[in-house]
Amino acid sequence: MHSKAPLGLKVAAIGGLLFLHLPILLIFVYAFTTEEKSYQWPPPGLTLKWFEVTWNRPDVWQALGLSLRVASVSTVIAMVLGTLCAAAVARSKFFGRETISLLVILPIALPGIITGISLRSAFNIADMPFSTWTIILGHATFCIVVVYNNAVARFRRTSASLIEASMDLGATYWQTLRFVIMPNIATALLAGGMLAFALSFDEVIVTTFTAGQQQTLPIWMLEELVRPRQRPVTNVVAMVVVLVTFLPILGAYYLTRGTETVAGQGK
Amino acid sequence: MAKAARSPLSDALWRRPNLLLVLLVTPPLLWLGIVYLGSLFALLAQSFFSIDEFSGLINYEFTLKTYGELLRASNFDILLRTIAMASAVTIGAAIVAFPIAYYAARYARGRWKAVFYLGVMLPLWSSYLVKVYSWKLILAKEGILNWLFETLHLAWVLEAYLAIPAIGGNSLSVSWTGTFLVFLYVWLPFMILPIQASLERVPPSMLEASGDLGARPGQTLRHVILPLALPGIIAGSIFTFSLTMGDYIIPQIVGTSARMIGQAVYQFQGTAGNIPLAAAFAVVPIVVMGIYLTLAKRAGAFNAL
Repeated sequence: MHSKAPLGLKVAAIGGLLFLHLPILLIFVYAFTTEEKSYQWPPPGLTLKWFEVTWNRPDVWQALGLSLRVASVSTVIAMVLGTLCAAAVARSKFFGRETISLLVILPIALPGIITGISLRSAFNIADMPFSTWTIILGHATFCIVVVYNNAVARFRRTSASLIEASMDLGATYWQTLRFVIMPNIATALLAGGMLAFALSFDEVIVTTFTAGQQQTLPIWMLEELVRPRQRPVTNVVAMVVVLVTFLPILGAYYLTRGTETVAGQGK
Repeated sequence: MAKAARSPLSDALWRRPNLLLVLLVTPPLLWLGIVYLGSLFALLAQSFFSIDEFSGLINYEFTLKTYGELLRASNFDILLRTIAMASAVTIGAAIVAFPIAYYAARYARGRWKAVFYLGVMLPLWSSYLVKVYSWKLILAKEGILNWLFETLHLAWVLEAYLAIPAIGGNSLSVSWTGTFLVFLYVWLPFMILPIQASLERVPPSMLEASGDLGARPGQTLRHVILPLALPGIIAGSIFTFSLTMGDYIIPQIVGTSARMIGQAVYQFQGTAGNIPLAAAFAVVPIVVMGIYLTLAKRAGAFNAL
């Protein structure tokens, strides 16, 4: 059926999309403003000065470094655990299967503050001092679901007879994994991994509870939001964060494009 | 043909799929069970303790006293306020999301389909804090929104609106309207995606049939499309409701000084050191979401996720 959309619908839909994008674009303009004391609009002038100032700020680099470390390690852990879980749930029906899928989704279905405060009180009870590892522990937990969602969809579409055929022809489990299963699920895993990375890279709510004195980049931003010190630097960092998170999302989109389930639908 | 020598391990795994299954699920189960469920129970347990009002120490005896404190007027207000805000955000998000989802599901083709998909995906995944920050820029007194109203000579409209009690305030950035707008903006993509998923499943022939049988477009929308989109709307509302209820950063940055549940949890566990009360506050969203999920499951919302 090729009817045309009513004008009102078109306007509402495109207006909605603009509503989603204009605020983010606004930040790009603010990164170049010459005004440093307020959020004055329109900007009195444009400058590239703040990029240099930000580049020379050690605290920004430290926070960025910590964020990248945490996101990398959490992504690796989440990819291993999420894939294992997906392989089990997708391929067989067993007792407790529903419970496992619920358990995987729970850390992201419940508000982040609950995950955060639970972890914090558990660390207290276990007498664990806050460190990079306590942050990773939290991040990996809620990143599992992203990898799981992507992997489980792909496993369901990969026919089990392929694996049977491989084993019948004498391949070992390792060979089957390497030459049959991996090529089939690789792009889904990569997409899941990228999304997990993006999720960990800008997570703030759970992190405030598990970080102690350390600053990830989002925690650094939160500090600046609550108590602004140098607004233009925050503008530049915000713009860079937007650009950095766009890359993995576009990557995940192109990797899973054309398949019936596209990555990222269940954040 | 010569039989390939396969390791005994491979053979064992092939013959006993259950062994493989156990090997697959054990690591993730251990992780989620210990790290996540363990922590969750640690939290729940604390809500049954109480705090000694004089010494400020935690009294490790089973009591329901802490839950009783939730009913105290100042605390109960926090609960009501949060649930009211979560409901308002959910309804607002459904209204704004529907046309986008409907257009994307039914009219967008080819290139436009991709535009709509990425157009929802990129804001969904871009940094939460950056999104909140952008609204701080927009709503600031010297910011773009006020500038817009002034340039259009409509500043009096804004002032009249801000004079309305409850939803107004000194400026948008310290009013409930401001908080509402930021919540709506940040969670909107979570509403669009499930509605779109449920609308994509509506066969166009069904809408044609409705039209052929004499329904006006408005009637088709009301009696055919909306009921079929309802599971998607409910699925989306799970996200918007839960996320609003647990958030403590948005109301802290944009809004009045009155607290929401998330802020109360944060303050009680932090500066106030009252972990039992913080835990009891945290249980409220869990219970509300539990009820919500049960109702949603009955309405078939999970098929639209």
